[in-house]
This record gives sequence, structure tokens and C-alpha cells, in this order.
Amino acid sequence: MTVLVDGNTKILCQGFTGEAGMFHSKNSLAYGTKLVAGVTPGKGGQTLEGVPVFDTVREAKQASGASVSMIYVPAAFTADAICEAIDAEMDLVVVITEGIPVADMAFVKDVMKGSKTRLIGPNCPGIITPVTDKSGCKIGIMPAYIHRPGKVGIVSRSGTLTYEAVFQVTSNGMGQSTCIGIGGDPIKGLDFIDCLKLFQDDKDTEGIIMIGEIGGTAEEEACEFLRGYVKKPVVGFIAGATAPPGKRMGHAGAIISGGKGTAADKKAAMKRAGVHVCDTPSVLGATMKKVLAK
Amino acid sequence: MNIHEYQAKQLLAKFGVPISKGFACKTVDEAGKAFTDLGGPLAVVKVQIHAGGRGKAGGVKLVRSAEEAKKVAASLLDKVIVTHQTGPEGRLVKTLYVEAGSDIAREMYLAVVMDRSAQAPVVIAAAEGGVDIEELAAHKPQAIARHRVHPVKGILGFQLRALCKHLGLTGEQAKGGSKLIQSLVTAFMALDCSLAEVNPLIVTKQGDVMALDAKMSFDDNALFRHQDVLALRDTNEEDPKEVEAKKFDLNYIALTGNIACLVNGAGLAMSTMDVIQLKGGMPANFLDVGGGANKQQVTNAFKILLSDKNVKGILVNIFGGIMKCDTIAEGVIAAAREVKLAVPLVVRLEGTNVDLGRKLLQDSGLNLQTASSLDEAAEKIVKAIA
Repeated sequence: MTVLVDGNTKILCQGFTGEAGMFHSKNSLAYGTKLVAGVTPGKGGQTLEGVPVFDTVREAKQASGASVSMIYVPAAFTADAICEAIDAEMDLVVVITEGIPVADMAFVKDVMKGSKTRLIGPNCPGIITPVTDKSGCKIGIMPAYIHRPGKVGIVSRSGTLTYEAVFQVTSNGMGQSTCIGIGGDPIKGLDFIDCLKLFQDDKDTEGIIMIGEIGGTAEEEACEFLRGYVKKPVVGFIAGATAPPGKRMGHAGAIISGGKGTAADKKAAMKRAGVHVCDTPSVLGATMKKVLAK
Repeated sequence: MNIHEYQAKQLLAKFGVPISKGFACKTVDEAGKAFTDLGGPLAVVKVQIHAGGRGKAGGVKLVRSAEEAKKVAASLLDKVIVTHQTGPEGRLVKTLYVEAGSDIAREMYLAVVMDRSAQAPVVIAAAEGGVDIEELAAHKPQAIARHRVHPVKGILGFQLRALCKHLGLTGEQAKGGSKLIQSLVTAFMALDCSLAEVNPLIVTKQGDVMALDAKMSFDDNALFRHQDVLALRDTNEEDPKEVEAKKFDLNYIALTGNIACLVNGAGLAMSTMDVIQLKGGMPANFLDVGGGANKQQVTNAFKILLSDKNVKGILVNIFGGIMKCDTIAEGVIAAAREVKLAVPLVVRLEGTNVDLGRKLLQDSGLNLQTASSLDEAAEKIVKAIA
């Protein structure tokens, strides 16, 4: 067992024929991911890279049996694409697109109420479950080759920082159960708490790496949850200790406002919850190795 | 993106928020004419900068004649004003807003913000005005009313009634207050704001409810559908290096240290700043070149980094995923040659095609150091500039 997706998960891609969608779909296919359908309105009936293309998500799901959608649709149209996936009752929707208006995401979250669909992202690297050293279920833009199947679950708000953690876990002779990039936007799908719960409940995950950053209070809330629920060791890092208040640091969500959301507060909350906090991301892998050896 | 008070008021007025009459002025003569045109016995001259605390810093002055308006304008225009929000360098005043004076009976606080935990806009109101709302929230949280706005339907009648009650508005004043709050929320939603703040909101001695000050910030991600708002951008209020970076789709924020950094990914860029400081240095900037940067972008990034006179060294930290390390290496080499790099450079490459990238750097003949981890890279650059 792994979290949310495994080697048998069938996925479809919305925005399949676009530049980003096609580039990353090819990489997913090369990694052995069961990408079984593409969706681009007006391009139904074609077959690209051996994958049939449909006009709507509903048609694609019916014909292919896909349960997960990954979305590369441009930001101005992404909210509509997510709503289509919710309407088609996909189990999971992974939104890679960045730059979506915050109000659009507030609208999407309202539409999601009462639906069975789970959302990852937007503005995230996606989710990956490595199955062998060279294959697995890759839904997103992460470089596949740094992953190895293993026992460490990773959840992060940042893309490249996730790769950094994955790379170190692999270099230290361990592997990953599932890696989830939850994204850098202020209004988004799965949050730390959801992912920590999934990893705690997954019998194949033995340790968890949690990478947060400045802005909001999701890390603090996750730490409250951790104390009561998570029994597995957690190694943590918070980016942005030196970020000035009031400035948006790349990610729309990464901003310290009203004295809230500082790295110091988040690190303190992690320490109180028994998380092994790293001062630099360079030691995430080594710390996890040490913690798991205990 | 932020705009000036006078621009915010003009926008809000279109949505029905009551404001005083006023004119934006760029010269002393315009300020004098504005006073005359307002026709009242009293006007307020306010500096227009993207920062709060103007009153305490001497940037808001009452005037009683056109002559006085001109005198005050002369003392403020083209001068640097320093408030608690501008930093020690302050802001150069290029525009004044001359507004009809109001007979204030009472001041209140009103704002709409996009709230992460509510996952929707939230209206915040307090019966005490002209306050630092964050301080009030910390010391007297019960003084603040909060109402979640439905992301589709907007604010509902019962919420308007509760907000007016909290603000102490009754009768005709409650009618005016409700209408104003409704207009503010409508403007917020229609224009994709991240903040629309009226501080203070006032009741005049005549019983009118109106906005005495206004501040608006907009969601950068939504500006593509608001060209009219985008036209209000004032690049004089931004760091010139940040303005230049935006032209090349680079995510750059100027800081005060002397070690420049060039990184891919926002989280990794923040971490790079953190580790530089952890190793005893100070970062000169935040710079995320993004996932798909090419040679030209890296060259442009280098130029922007080096235009900061404080920079004594550069740290490049790339974890190549989509972006291949050899592409980055080529960019770094080309940029270093083009700008005739004279400060120490440390490059840390990891990820896709890393061996190819490192070899290119070694064979380039450039005076640079390489590192295999972020910690090592930070240590090397701190040492190199010491």
C-alpha cells in the first residue's frame, strides 16, 4: 500500500495536447505511469503518444476507467477544468498549473463541498509513488529518476525543495513511499494535516518528511494534529527564516503578514510536537536516516 | 499589486462607496487650484505613497487657503518621506491628493481581506478607527467583528446588519453603513482584490458614513483580467531591480545583504537565503528563475544581480528537474563572460545532467568554485567574500 496513488492507478490528463501537458505526459508515460486518456476540448478522436484524446472529462473517464486527473490547463481556464473533473466524479485531481487567481480557487473549494473528489495543488509539483527504481505512478513535473521505492513519505509546499529531500533520501540509501507536493498557493486542496493522516495510516510508510514555508498557519495547525495522531517519526524543515515581512516570496502563499506565519513560529511549533527540525535542508536525508535507525 | 489612495478612492466611488471630493496633484499650482475648485474652507493635503503611517510622518496636512495649500505642497513634493512602513530609505513624493475636509464625529475600521483559513473573503470591522488593526487583534480581539463572505453570493443581509450593529451604526447611519460595506465587498470581488481597507471609516457630524482613507491591493494572478487596474501600477513605488526582473519573468526581491543568489524554485530560493545567513552571510536578494529558464534569462538575471552595488559575491543553486544542469551551466558561463564577472561565484548544481553541467563549468576557464551541497556552497561563498 502507498498513499492516494500506486502502480495500478489510471490517470487522464486535462490540457494533454498543450505544450506543458504533452511534455510532462510523455515523461509520465516513459516512467511507466498508466496515463490512459487525454482531454482537450475540440481535439477528441485523435491519438497522441498512443493515448486517446477526448473532448470532455466524462467521456474520457467512461472510455478509459481513469480515476485521477492531472491538469496542465492555462491559469485563466483552470478553475473551469477542475470543476469539470469534480463533475465527472474523479477520485483525485492534481493541478500543476501556477498563477490561478485566488478568487477562482475560493470558488472551486465552494464547488467541491459535498463532492467525493480530492484535490492536490494548484501550483504544485504533483504526486509520485515510485514502484521500481525506474518506474511508478508519476502525476506531475518532478524529475522521476531521483526517486526509489521505499518507506519515507514526503509532503511539501515547495517543488524544488521536495526534489532536494527526495534526492537526499535516495542518496542515503532509502526510498519514498509517496511524495506529495501540496503547492504554494494560499487556497488549495490537500493540506499538511490530510497528508500526515494518510502517511500515518499507511502501513508502508515508516517516516515522514514535512517541508513547510513562511505564510499562513497550516504548519502550526498540522503540528497540533501531529501531537495527537501521528506516531511515526517526522523530520521537518521550514523555508523563509530570512524572508522580510510583507513581501511575497515567489509563492503567492509565502508572505509574512501581521506578524503571523514566520519561520520561527513554525519551527517552534514543530519542536513542541516532537518533530526533528533541520536548520538547513541539506541534512533532511541524513536526519531521516538517523531517526529511522533508532 | 498596490495602488495609491486617490486611485483606490476613484475605483471605490464607481462602486458606490461615498468619499470626499478631491484632486490628484503633481505640481504646486495644481494643489492651489485644487483647493479653490473644492470651494470649501478646509482641505487636506496627503502625500501619495504606497505605505501607511503618513500622518505621523508629516505627510498629511490641513490647509485653509489656496496659498497655504501651495506652501504645503511645495514642502512635500519631490521630498523623501519616511514612515514606519517605508524603511529608512523612505519614498519620494511625486503626487499629492488634495481633498475636501470632513467634519468627523466618529472613526471606525473596515476592511475586506482574502483569508486563507476561511478560503474566502472576510469582512473585518471595529468600532475604533484609525487604529493599528493588528495591534487591536492582539490586545482586544473581541473589538473586532469578522464575517466570511460567500465566494459566489457575496455578503448577506444578516451579516450587514450584524456588522453595522458592531460598528454602532443605527437608523439612517446603518442604512448608509450597509450600503458602503456592500459596495466595498462588491468592488473587492469584482476587481480580484487581496485587500480593500477603509481606515478610518467615518461618520460625519452631518451623519454621513464615508471612507476617509482607502487602501487596495490586488491579486497579481488575476491582473490579466483587469487591464484597467494594471494601468494604475506606479513603478516609481517599486524597486527598479524588481521592475526590471518582472520584464524577464524573473521572480526577484531586493534585500539588504551582499551575497546575491540565483535559484530555481521559490522554496529552494528561500532556503538558500536562510542557509547563507546560517553560515554567517547576508543574502542580497530572493531570485527564483523558475522551472524553464533559458540561457538568455540566466544572463538577464546575472545583470540584475550585479546592478546591486552591495553585491560582493554570487551563489547559484540549481536543482535541475525540468531544467537541465548543462543548460544552466551554459547560461552561467555566457552570463559571466558577457558581464565580465569580477566578484566571487560559487555554483551548486544537482539533478538532471549534473555531470555534463559540472564539466562545462570546469572547462570554462572561469574563476568559479563548485559545490555539491547547499551547505557547502554557502560556506564557500561566505568565505570567498570575507
